[in-house]
Amino acid sequence: MDGPAIAASGLSMRFNGFLAVDGVDLRIEKGELFGLLGPNGAGKSTIIKMLTTMLRPSAGSAAVWGYDVTRERDAVRSSIGVVFQDPSVDSQLSGRENLDFHGRMYGMDRKTRAERIAEVLELVDLTEKADVLMEDYSGGMQRRLEIARGLMHHPNVLFLDEPTLGLDAQTRRYIWRYIRRMNGEEGVTVVLTTHYMEEADHLCERVAIIDQGRIVALDSPESLKDLIGADIVTLEVEDGVGDEAVRALSDLEGVEAVDRAGSTLRLRVDRSEARIPEIVLSSSRAGLFIRSVSMHEPTLEDVFLKFTGKKIRETESAGAGRMAAVQSRMRTRRH
Amino acid sequence: MISLNYYAIYSLWLREMIRFFRLKSRVFGSLAPPFFFLAFLGFGFRSAAISEIPEGVDYISFLAPGIIGMTLLFSSTFGGLSMLWDREFGFLREIMVAPVSRLSIVIGRTAGGVTTAVLQGLIILVPGVAMGLEITGLPGFLLALVFMVLIATTFNSLGLAFASRMKDMSGFSLIMNFMVFPLFLLSGALFPISNLPPWLRTLSYLDPLTYGVDGLRGSLVGASSFPPALDLAILAACCAGALGLGAYLFERSDVE
Repeated sequence: MDGPAIAASGLSMRFNGFLAVDGVDLRIEKGELFGLLGPNGAGKSTIIKMLTTMLRPSAGSAAVWGYDVTRERDAVRSSIGVVFQDPSVDSQLSGRENLDFHGRMYGMDRKTRAERIAEVLELVDLTEKADVLMEDYSGGMQRRLEIARGLMHHPNVLFLDEPTLGLDAQTRRYIWRYIRRMNGEEGVTVVLTTHYMEEADHLCERVAIIDQGRIVALDSPESLKDLIGADIVTLEVEDGVGDEAVRALSDLEGVEAVDRAGSTLRLRVDRSEARIPEIVLSSSRAGLFIRSVSMHEPTLEDVFLKFTGKKIRETESAGAGRMAAVQSRMRTRRH
Repeated sequence: MISLNYYAIYSLWLREMIRFFRLKSRVFGSLAPPFFFLAFLGFGFRSAAISEIPEGVDYISFLAPGIIGMTLLFSSTFGGLSMLWDREFGFLREIMVAPVSRLSIVIGRTAGGVTTAVLQGLIILVPGVAMGLEITGLPGFLLALVFMVLIATTFNSLGLAFASRMKDMSGFSLIMNFMVFPLFLLSGALFPISNLPPWLRTLSYLDPLTYGVDGLRGSLVGASSFPPALDLAILAACCAGALGLGAYLFERSDVE
């Protein structure tokens, strides 16, 4: 197929008058590892649902692998693999049986299925757990099996909706490795959503930052961070900060901007290691009592802050969401 | 254009089979109520004089086909409603995102649900025979099998139709208590419906299971209130209607 893996223009979704996705234009090339980064409720999952034919767009259009998502749904479905945000396995079946079910749904014959199951299990290191029932899998293992399943039928594009939500740091790193491996080895185009900025930063070649249903920035993580340019120096001070102090700090050499929020000052500083002594000295002279100083290189969080004036946060509550889903299925299973 | 994906239909059917044979405790659990009905009502009313029971038919032979109908009604309705579980646990998305026509999904699920229901009906036949039910012969048995499939398909489809219209599992017990139980009691599974007052009898005539139970009695015992051909015709019509309704509502239902 010629052309991009995904092309969307003016893609919009309205729920009961609320505009969840607002005119998204997107072009994702074949073989890319692409990320949609944004807080919960930004519209990332809704975009994925429209691209995977699970929701019909209320306006605009999109094509996946050249097929229109509203008019050629079955052709789109044949071209994609999807790993949903919430668990979507049959817990009464073993890992192998879940994969076998999947293969048959995609019209794969017995021999092809057996070979492919061995391959994808190997890819996610689950070969030894193949015949264990899903209900005895841990959350991370279940997630890996879902990723293997999404790949099983050789999709051209694989969608991963919050692939590491609610998983511990070590499992998350494993999952990143599998995603990179299949993007590299299988050449599959990967589109993932996440609200973990380090995930987008480490994993994705290009990132679209989403807020309130719109793409506010789109580029490689490096280019996005270059938009911030300088390092971020954060000063925690006692009592309030007067205009005078802000002006004094702004006048210092190398300080590009000063943001004030209560008793926190955020400075964008070029070559910050060399400037910190001066900044501390000037602050004291301006009558500020500094409790702590910290500095970091720009992150995607800073990029998000720059474009939206907000922080992404919410990490904990979102993790709790998947946990609650897992717990509720455990509760129900007991009945 | 209607397209069917045979691999997918087989896959959905096979999944129901694996689950049926794996969840033995659930199968025993669902077979317990009809078994107790059969055993206690059968022994309890064995020598009671119940009017309107056909000449030469004892109560056990009258009751056993009714209890088979009950087993089919409960297990197939439950099978249709089980789509609610798949939605709750997310597996429905896995099914719906596959490049498979909605009709294939309905056929696969229904085939699985009907097979498990009929298997349970056949299991209940065993204690029935042990308690004294005499089956007329092989042709009768095969005809009974046809009735079982029609009953199971009808109520599996109705279950699917309801599940397609429900957002979550809260309506489940409502349907079981206010739809399934009345359908069972009105069907004449436990007593001849000619004993009911006329207004209740009218409701019985509207209950598809009435014709299913009567057809089972006709084919297994050789004694029925309506001609078996009439039972078959009415039940087949109900079955086609329910199947159409289930497929239509499922097609239009949301995954989310």
